[in-house]
Amino acid sequence: MTVAVPANSAPRRFGFDLTKPVLYLFAAVLCVLIVLPLSWLFVYSLTDKTGALTLANFYRLFTESSFYDPLATTFIISVSSAAICCVVAAPMAWLVARTDLPFAGTIRALVTASFVTPPFLGAIAWELLAAPNSGLLNKLFRDLTGADQDVHLFNIYTVSGIVFVISCYTFPYVFTLVANSLDRTPGELEDASSILGGGRWYTARRVTIPLVLPALLAGGLVAFLQAMTLFGSPAILALPAGFHTMTTKIWSLFQFPPKPELAAAASLPLLFLTVFLLRAEHMILGRRSYSVVGGKYGAPRLIPLHGLRWVAFALCLLMLMMPVFLPYYALLNAAFSPVATTFVTFSNATWQNVHFVLFELSAMTLALKNTIILGTAAATAGMAIALVIAYVTARQAVTGWRVLGFLATAPIAIPGIVLGVGLFLSYTRPPFVLYGTLWILLIAFVTIALPSAYQQLQAAFRTIHPELEDASRILGATRLRSLWQITAPLLRTGVVATWCFIFVGVMRELSAAIILFTSETKVISVLIYDLNESGDLGAISVIGLGMLIITFAVVIAVNRIPGFGTVRFRT
Amino acid sequence: MGKTTMHRRDVLKGGVALTVAGVFASPLRAAPPPAEAVTPALIEAAKKEGAVTFYTAMDLAFAERLGRVFEEKFAGIKVRVERSGAERVFQRIGQEYQSNIHAVDVVNTADQSHVIFWKRQGWLAAYLPEEVVKFYDKKYYDPDGLAIVTRVLVSPFGINTNLVKMEDAPKSFADLLDPKWKGKMVKAHPAYSGTIMNATFQIARDLGWEYFEKLVKQNVMQVQSATDTPKRIALGERAVMIDGAGYLVIRNKEAGQPVDVIYPSEGTPVATSPSVMMKAAPHPNAAKLFQSWMHGREGQQLLIDYARQYSPHAQAVEKPGVRKLSDIKLMREDPEGVEKAADEVKRRYSQYFKV
Repeated sequence: MTVAVPANSAPRRFGFDLTKPVLYLFAAVLCVLIVLPLSWLFVYSLTDKTGALTLANFYRLFTESSFYDPLATTFIISVSSAAICCVVAAPMAWLVARTDLPFAGTIRALVTASFVTPPFLGAIAWELLAAPNSGLLNKLFRDLTGADQDVHLFNIYTVSGIVFVISCYTFPYVFTLVANSLDRTPGELEDASSILGGGRWYTARRVTIPLVLPALLAGGLVAFLQAMTLFGSPAILALPAGFHTMTTKIWSLFQFPPKPELAAAASLPLLFLTVFLLRAEHMILGRRSYSVVGGKYGAPRLIPLHGLRWVAFALCLLMLMMPVFLPYYALLNAAFSPVATTFVTFSNATWQNVHFVLFELSAMTLALKNTIILGTAAATAGMAIALVIAYVTARQAVTGWRVLGFLATAPIAIPGIVLGVGLFLSYTRPPFVLYGTLWILLIAFVTIALPSAYQQLQAAFRTIHPELEDASRILGATRLRSLWQITAPLLRTGVVATWCFIFVGVMRELSAAIILFTSETKVISVLIYDLNESGDLGAISVIGLGMLIITFAVVIAVNRIPGFGTVRFRT
Repeated sequence: MGKTTMHRRDVLKGGVALTVAGVFASPLRAAPPPAEAVTPALIEAAKKEGAVTFYTAMDLAFAERLGRVFEEKFAGIKVRVERSGAERVFQRIGQEYQSNIHAVDVVNTADQSHVIFWKRQGWLAAYLPEEVVKFYDKKYYDPDGLAIVTRVLVSPFGINTNLVKMEDAPKSFADLLDPKWKGKMVKAHPAYSGTIMNATFQIARDLGWEYFEKLVKQNVMQVQSATDTPKRIALGERAVMIDGAGYLVIRNKEAGQPVDVIYPSEGTPVATSPSVMMKAAPHPNAAKLFQSWMHGREGQQLLIDYARQYSPHAQAVEKPGVRKLSDIKLMREDPEGVEKAADEVKRRYSQYFKV
């Protein structure tokens, strides 16, 4: 910001423009962020303990049942979750976006609530609800039917239980993509169908559904990826049932004695599959943009549901019981219950758990401090990097802007736990010994947050016409100066929103943190995971509810900012 | 007081003498390090450091209680508890020390074999509090002052008495293989918990690995911590706890929950739980003060009264409700054996139980 600008408009070439060096610096930083961990992953996966080149790690991966069983399980879980998400989310999105469903806004808000609920917290809550013997729902079922103690309605410690819980917190991805697509689909196309004699349902079937099909497929892919790369839910539910998924297997390879070569080799299939599926998503979504090119669109017409309005609303609420109402109730119950799965009444309610978390749990202060420091730092750094890159790509400011854009979106293809492994391998050795500091977690969180932050801010830049900047530059300002004085103030709302969403994202990140934390750098998500292992469910519930309150405060604050939509989260 | 002393000594002689024999047995040596009293200078220096970091495998509620009581007594010194399973704590310290991170002051593990490893690495500081030398049998502390037994842990069965009546409950490891217990049992993990590492080693040695091969077929619910299994039976999630912290079952029973302990007829697995002070401790004086206090009368009495565990302190007064150690048929503890076999135990265990 120390650039001197001559008062009389001297030709620009005499002013020293910092833009290029700054941008090259960013490109270099991004390369280090992404390329370094991935390189070490490849190196480790292809070497043995002595450092000699080998394919033995991959050989073990595909020949030992302790490796290919989790691979198969993960595949089954991911495919089933993706299918369920599509089946549930698509009709709900259609109801919300295209019909006169009552309280559509409330339904959208509740979907957002399940969106921002940390999946590991949801998994623990569902443990409280649907553990076969102690689960609240099973207890209620036995109380109501008088069934025998051995009988249970649900068993969450099964593959189908895990599929269910993962779907609960993954369907919002599909919902959001489909609902956005429906919101954007021009009403004229449907009108044309009606004018030509197509009935309401015929139009829906022949026009609307084909138009959103790409979004649905893309949503399915995203759901598949989410289910595949999630660590918390399978770790909480699969291990008690006696099986591994890929992410829990990778994590277990880091247990003593650590086997980083195998962990690296096990990470690569996840990485390749993610890259491949994202390419597929890109191709599918890319096609859509051609299909709806047109002039100014009219608002889509809402289909009247008549008598079915309230039935549809009830169905939506019923669906949202699963990710929101029931789990939140279970957490609230456990927080004030003497034993986590005893129904709270006025006579047995206790403040013991709250007291324990607030006044006795010494790890809490540090974890909270670390989480806030990391959330703030990651949000600030991630937003700054995303802002610059979004600017460069939106304005095509330097040659090679495409590369920058690619680098900023690339981390979306790196599952959290894979990134964790890569960063661990990169930063436990000279010259960058960052393990044990907050820096390594900061790098992880910024890398994870970068793609969505970049996409949001790029969208924000598109709404600001470049002629405003041009005016500034014509008057002699450098690019950086006009960015700072003209563009930044105009972008303020988008920037604030991005910041907040990175912050919320950091709070719910577990899969990279679980590999990278040390006792001094523990964050709240890891603390909750620890407490789950020792069975301290009451304390988890109190901390979890606290997390949810903070998250909702942030989300509501962001929604007060005008002109801001939903944001993609990664876990 | 004299009577109590005799009493405690007798209890521990009968029970633990057998179990910890050999742990701290070492060749004759010149002279043990001098016992150190808690001096005002030490307290002053500890308060200047202002904090002590305590890695432990104790049940979280008890560890935090210890910390808070210590903080009340020595205002200005914060105790930060880092709780996990002993095997995880061991792994964490190894990983941190490998990366030159020396955050931990005092460690309490539930696996004696860890001390053997740490001693070999030269990571432990020598420190013998006066009270330990005065009131602890020599077998409860390292002659070089590198480790002190804080508590003795047993891993009995536990049952939820709403789900299974005491007379129908399994009384032996052999009973657990009865098909009627299929899907009704919960078990902790030796790669997480030190108590369970020792229990698994002892069961495999005495009953053979075939025992676990048969046990797997019973659809056992697998949790991580030895402090989690007692909580699962208290919730009523499973009727029988195969292994875990017996003291928590007793605590929960005394708190009115429908649980009880059973000491299996083949013998109950046992693990003495030592504490050490690290040479590279960032708060060496606070660490000494904490070690001294935890192994002193006050810390040990809390161990008995609040946590319902077995203390090696000769003057600590028993509180009725816990079966005397000398009255329990214990399996034999073998830290050297565990030290050599730990990786193999984890490998075979995960081969049988899949996780």
